[in-house]
Amino acid sequence: MTARLQPMLRTLWPPLVFGALMLGVWQFVVRWFDLQPYFLVAPSDIWREFTSNWSNIWEAMVVSGTNAAYGMVFGTVLGVLMSFLLSRFTTLDHLVTPMSIAINAIPAFVLVSVFNNMWGSTSAVPKRLMVTLVVFFVVLVNVAKGLRQVAPVHAELMRSYAASGWQVLRKVRVPNAVPYLFTALRVAAPLSVIYAYVSEYFGGAQNGLGNRITSNIANSKNAVGWAYVAGACLLGLGFYIIANVLERVVTPGGAANRTREAA
Amino acid sequence: MSAVEVLGVDKIFNAGKTGQVDALVGIDLTVEPGEFVSLIGPSGCGKSTLLRLIANLTEPSSGGITVNGKSAKQSRLDQDYGMAFQQAGLFEWRTVARNVELPLELKGWDRSKRRARAREMLELVKLPDFADHMPWQLSGGMQQRIAIARALAAHPPLLLMDEPFGALDEMTREHMQAELLRICAETSTTVIFVTHSIPEAVYLSTRVVVMSPRPGRITDIIDVPLGGARDDDTRETGGFFEKITEVREALRGAEFGTGARGIEDR
Repeated sequence: MTARLQPMLRTLWPPLVFGALMLGVWQFVVRWFDLQPYFLVAPSDIWREFTSNWSNIWEAMVVSGTNAAYGMVFGTVLGVLMSFLLSRFTTLDHLVTPMSIAINAIPAFVLVSVFNNMWGSTSAVPKRLMVTLVVFFVVLVNVAKGLRQVAPVHAELMRSYAASGWQVLRKVRVPNAVPYLFTALRVAAPLSVIYAYVSEYFGGAQNGLGNRITSNIANSKNAVGWAYVAGACLLGLGFYIIANVLERVVTPGGAANRTREAA
Repeated sequence: MSAVEVLGVDKIFNAGKTGQVDALVGIDLTVEPGEFVSLIGPSGCGKSTLLRLIANLTEPSSGGITVNGKSAKQSRLDQDYGMAFQQAGLFEWRTVARNVELPLELKGWDRSKRRARAREMLELVKLPDFADHMPWQLSGGMQQRIAIARALAAHPPLLLMDEPFGALDEMTREHMQAELLRICAETSTTVIFVTHSIPEAVYLSTRVVVMSPRPGRITDIIDVPLGGARDDDTRETGGFFEKITEVREALRGAEFGTGARGIEDR
């Protein structure tokens, strides 16, 4: 374990030191120029509010995090299912892919207002649906690519083995798509959290991180607002780490270590 | 019964259109069991296409191909041949042993039988300790040996190879050639081998088939009677060099001389 921990520490300490340095500069600038809290809050003040409001922040994190998690799960499942259908039926692919690009071009948060009208703004469904939609497209595009892009040499080999379409799917296409799925999850994880906050700006229950940030800053409680921002960062980071850990567990050796065979 | 019989085969791409390419014209070739036949020629002479026709990876425009007395298609369906390409083409999500097992898996062999055969094949290519490694942990030459083990896993009577050593350095390449001869002798496999390299073709083959482009055709077939047991010393013998000269001159003739349409204008 120590053998694996050491290189991890070696890659971790430069960004950590850099981050701490930046916080130091921030603190120094606020104090030296005597900046007022409504303009910029010092990190020490944010930390004070963060610790004293921790239980409220945690509750808001759970609310937004749950919405994001629902969206992650449903978006991933639907995206994977759809990509299988598209790779199986090319006519469906020709129908759906241009449409999905078109839908993806709609600024997603516009749809939250529409969903709020449909389900009522106190419901969590519009927010979860919003996140689902965003995750769905990221997963769909990537996994469909992984299912389709089989190396020519692999395709020829499978043909020489007289493999059926079903065998090619199971033995080549699906394993080929796995790294693509995890790439999608690593991109989608922070996105899901961001869209969960954004969807809260369009009304609904006032209990998520997005709402708390805006309402506190609107009430000139800037330091508290910033403390919620810190909570939002933590949540996004958490989702990203979960996606990475999942990848390492599922693909032994890790896709990062795996270099594709030289062409 | 011949291992491979190719009779009057043409392969025309884009027939009747502006981009028509006569990849192969009037190909006749018979390969007997136990032979090692190399196909050599410049780029565009159709040597890879001919190999792919025998493997039934593509269909001829006209003419007939039989493999082990069956149609090429039936032979493919029966997995009567193994195939290796310039890229090892290992599946990077499978361990080395599970790569070798793949053709057996597709044939429906049960697990213990597959395991035993994979172990046997890894012994044959002298990499028994790498069964549980992942492909990316192996060097290019080792990957290519695994690809050969995989191609021979089902003990097919015929091995089709498309420049399998083309991406290897010279030292590894000569070593792999010697290993291939040993493996084929041990398993009494018939081989058809596509290559760019004259010494490689001469060292390995019982016969060298010389081909020429535009249109792709066979211009010469040269017997290489250097005997069955060849080793590094074979590469230093007069007979070896004579055959290299003979193949080189046949290639030159194919490129510049014979027939009105063989003339190069560049």
